[in-house]
Amino acid sequence: MTMMSERQQLSYIASQAADARLNVELETEGMTLNIGPQHPATHGTLRIICRLDGEQVVWAEPGCGYMHRGYEKLTEVRTFPQVTTLVNRIDWLGSFANEVPFILAAEKLMEIEAPPRAQVIRTILFELSRIANVSLFLGDLGVQMGAVTPVFLAFRDREYVLNLIEGATGGRFHPNFDRIGGLKDDLPKGWIDETRQAMVKLREFCDIIEDLLFGNEIFQSRMRGIGIIPADVAKDYGLSGANLRASGVDYDLRRDQVLPMAWDKADWKVWTHPDGDSFARCWVRLQETRESCKIVEQLLDQVPAGPIMTKVPRIIKVPEGEAWVSTENPLGEMGYYVVSKGDLGPFRVKIRSASFNNISIVPWALKGVYVPDIITILASLYFILGDIDR
Amino acid sequence: MIQFAVEIPYWGQSLLRVLGGLVAVLLPAGTIVYLFLFKMMSFMQSRLGPMEAGPYGSLQLVAEVGKWMQKEDLAPDRADKSIFKMAPLVVLTSTFLLVVVVPFGPDAYFTNFSIGVFYGLAVASISVLGILIAGWASANKYSLLGGLRAAGQLIAYELPMVLATLGVVIQAGSMNLQDIVVAQNTGEIFGFGGLGNPFILTQFVGFLIFMIAVQAELTQPPFDMPIAESELVSGYMTEYSGFRFLIFFIAEFATAGVFAFIAAVLFLGGWGVPFDWFSWNSIDDVDDWMNVAGPLIMFTKMLVLTFIIMWVRFSFPRFREDQLQTFAWKVLIPLALANTAVTAILKVTF
Amino acid sequence: MARLSDAPPSTDTDETPALPGDGLREGIVDDLRHRIGDAIIDVHLVPNDDLWVRVRTDAWRQTADALKAAGFTFFGFLSGLDWLPSPFGKGEEDPTAEPEEPDTEIRQGVTGGDTRFQVFARLVDLDRHVGITVKADVPDDEPVVESWTTVFAGANWHERECHEMFGIGFAGHPDLRNMYLPGDFEGYPLRKDFPLLSRMIKPWPGIVDVEPMPTADEPPPESLQEGSAS
Repeated sequence: MTMMSERQQLSYIASQAADARLNVELETEGMTLNIGPQHPATHGTLRIICRLDGEQVVWAEPGCGYMHRGYEKLTEVRTFPQVTTLVNRIDWLGSFANEVPFILAAEKLMEIEAPPRAQVIRTILFELSRIANVSLFLGDLGVQMGAVTPVFLAFRDREYVLNLIEGATGGRFHPNFDRIGGLKDDLPKGWIDETRQAMVKLREFCDIIEDLLFGNEIFQSRMRGIGIIPADVAKDYGLSGANLRASGVDYDLRRDQVLPMAWDKADWKVWTHPDGDSFARCWVRLQETRESCKIVEQLLDQVPAGPIMTKVPRIIKVPEGEAWVSTENPLGEMGYYVVSKGDLGPFRVKIRSASFNNISIVPWALKGVYVPDIITILASLYFILGDIDR
Repeated sequence: MIQFAVEIPYWGQSLLRVLGGLVAVLLPAGTIVYLFLFKMMSFMQSRLGPMEAGPYGSLQLVAEVGKWMQKEDLAPDRADKSIFKMAPLVVLTSTFLLVVVVPFGPDAYFTNFSIGVFYGLAVASISVLGILIAGWASANKYSLLGGLRAAGQLIAYELPMVLATLGVVIQAGSMNLQDIVVAQNTGEIFGFGGLGNPFILTQFVGFLIFMIAVQAELTQPPFDMPIAESELVSGYMTEYSGFRFLIFFIAEFATAGVFAFIAAVLFLGGWGVPFDWFSWNSIDDVDDWMNVAGPLIMFTKMLVLTFIIMWVRFSFPRFREDQLQTFAWKVLIPLALANTAVTAILKVTF
Repeated sequence: MARLSDAPPSTDTDETPALPGDGLREGIVDDLRHRIGDAIIDVHLVPNDDLWVRVRTDAWRQTADALKAAGFTFFGFLSGLDWLPSPFGKGEEDPTAEPEEPDTEIRQGVTGGDTRFQVFARLVDLDRHVGITVKADVPDDEPVVESWTTVFAGANWHERECHEMFGIGFAGHPDLRNMYLPGDFEGYPLRKDFPLLSRMIKPWPGIVDVEPMPTADEPPPESLQEGSAS
């Protein structure tokens, strides 16, 4: 029988204590990781606070407001035409599309309609802004996952559309072109032919992206089956646009409501996907871009002659009333609830922006996913910070 | 050592070896960075790349090195300073140690270990340590995530690399890299000696596995989870700036070059051309001018292989780390084992 | 614009005759009356166009349940309305003219109302392609309404924003903290009596006048294209 010497006993106890200390120190609880507000992956200053267990998310919470500019308060001190300038900057990638619902709401309250030529050109510019917006999304999708090449192709081909928008409106990013009763100016000479050529290039771009990115096995394995949002959850949260259609809900505001715009003059299709995962959302957007090219090409053949603006007074006073108009913007459903008291400017404007609802689903969607999937789910939901924060 | 007319003392030879090592590591790094990273990547992305510094941007590298070197030497406040500073050097050291076994000519080598392959693979794993301690010592959650991912990934992909090399060793019959080169260049394919017997032809599976494993060892996309620029900013390199980042940067591309050297030696015939072309029969027959042509041939082969590595890097998105691990453990390792088994069987029967 | 009442829509002498509705929105209102009965205080229906319903404050969540069961499953938005005219004006008045008496009368909008604050929401039925705007008064003394988060999960963020902007409380909301503003912000910005500081500091320099709508027999103004304010 061996007896441990006292020295051995003491050293044994000491080593046990050291082990115990190490165990306590190694006891891991969740790690709180801040993604953003400065981060390469977030489209702007969005902050996602995640609690991680290893690499899995236990809960995640977006913290927005870094870009809150107080638009709804600002509209109360502006006249109706001044609000157009303001509203351009909500979704700055597809800016023309932000002006349209507001102008339509004001025209609804004034009970006037833009002349047919203006309606068609408005629709064309609306679809061009959608193409500009979503083509950047398609390029950005690669970068979120490490494929650095598609984004350069996207920026190169987007230039065609931005040049067109600049040619017609004078502004690449903030056209500020819509006016109550019509548009500010008519189209420049040669614009229609240029647009036709640009649409051909944009279709080629969609094909390239589909080959390069969507056909890639790694892309598919990163996106398929990730971030599945069932249709009833999507409707509960008010998800709109491609996010809703990717969950299988066949709802497109261009087709499903009557507005004085020209979508019914073109023959186009609404794309849905039954899966509801990240891949579905990206795929639906790709098809929608192609569909937009189709709409633009058809409408270019149908631009009627005529005035570009109805008769409205120089200083516009909108009669008393309330109106709600929403359109299918590139990011989703964007709407304006305009309350007017017969003044020069609105009494209250509630801006329903698509990304606000799209991102409100993030706490639900990010439970239990891995850290890389946070980025891909956010990328597929597609938001613009100006749209969330207004 | 080459028979010079002048007898070079031992310290002179060592100095020449050190200089040669520096050139062998830094020259590929510089070439890869300029040629592939700046120019080829830009052309593939339909842009021009750096054009300002020097004609066609050729001095961009000089500008970059100068920029990095004159930056402030920062370390985060809570970082473990000594380890933080040591990490980039560990990574670079493993590259230098690795290039030591690469033969550039019949007599142009730094060392001629009889177990060169074994040594090379062992030394290549030292960089894992460097990355791990960089991730941990940075006192940054992003770096920690990057370092842990790197640990898992790099260890997982060591095995396919080793197993792929096993096939080559079996076929060549030796672990000495010089012998492997000679075996490829003196070999014959079905009696036709004009091409030698580059092991890429018989070991194509092994070559594929080796290149994939190299892509993963270099943490290049599609295996760049440890860096994962869109999630972890820069992974384990996030907190590094200035000269230390330059070391990481050089180490990344230098290691790519050195691994390409090793792959060229193992699979493409190394510094040699098929000995049949000059009617040499063994390494003693090889002329002395091969000691000058050999490095050039190695350089060319290295560029070809690095081109493939970089091309894949710019095109693919990245794997998620569990998909990456699945790929290594469930696909590459069984494949590599099967390759080894088949090689052994065929070697014995033929 | 027709008001839904027991009598069929009558043509007013000074307005164009109302468009025939297609019965859809009328049917929705009838269905809602069956479900929540006397909680409906007022209905404003524009045939073929839009539908507003004002309900009693204590039936706010009940309305949400009823509408969701009736098929309005898509949550549009939820926000607040402050009917007090702004005491600060717009900072656009002509500085040479007499300052006008500020208007302090609270006049609610389309479906009427009794209180200064109202909360309103928009729901859409995706199958029938029709939307409905519901409003409810918020009591002046204790501005709290029921939360919709149990019915529509998406209402969570909207109620947080409404709370921080208007000060309307939502009973039953799990986590009513600020959405955009920092945690220690005081005041409720979208209330009309919360000043817009930038206009306080620097009034807008434009002076505006008013022209009436051009009628048919008037010659058109010179610039047909000009629509922007000076």
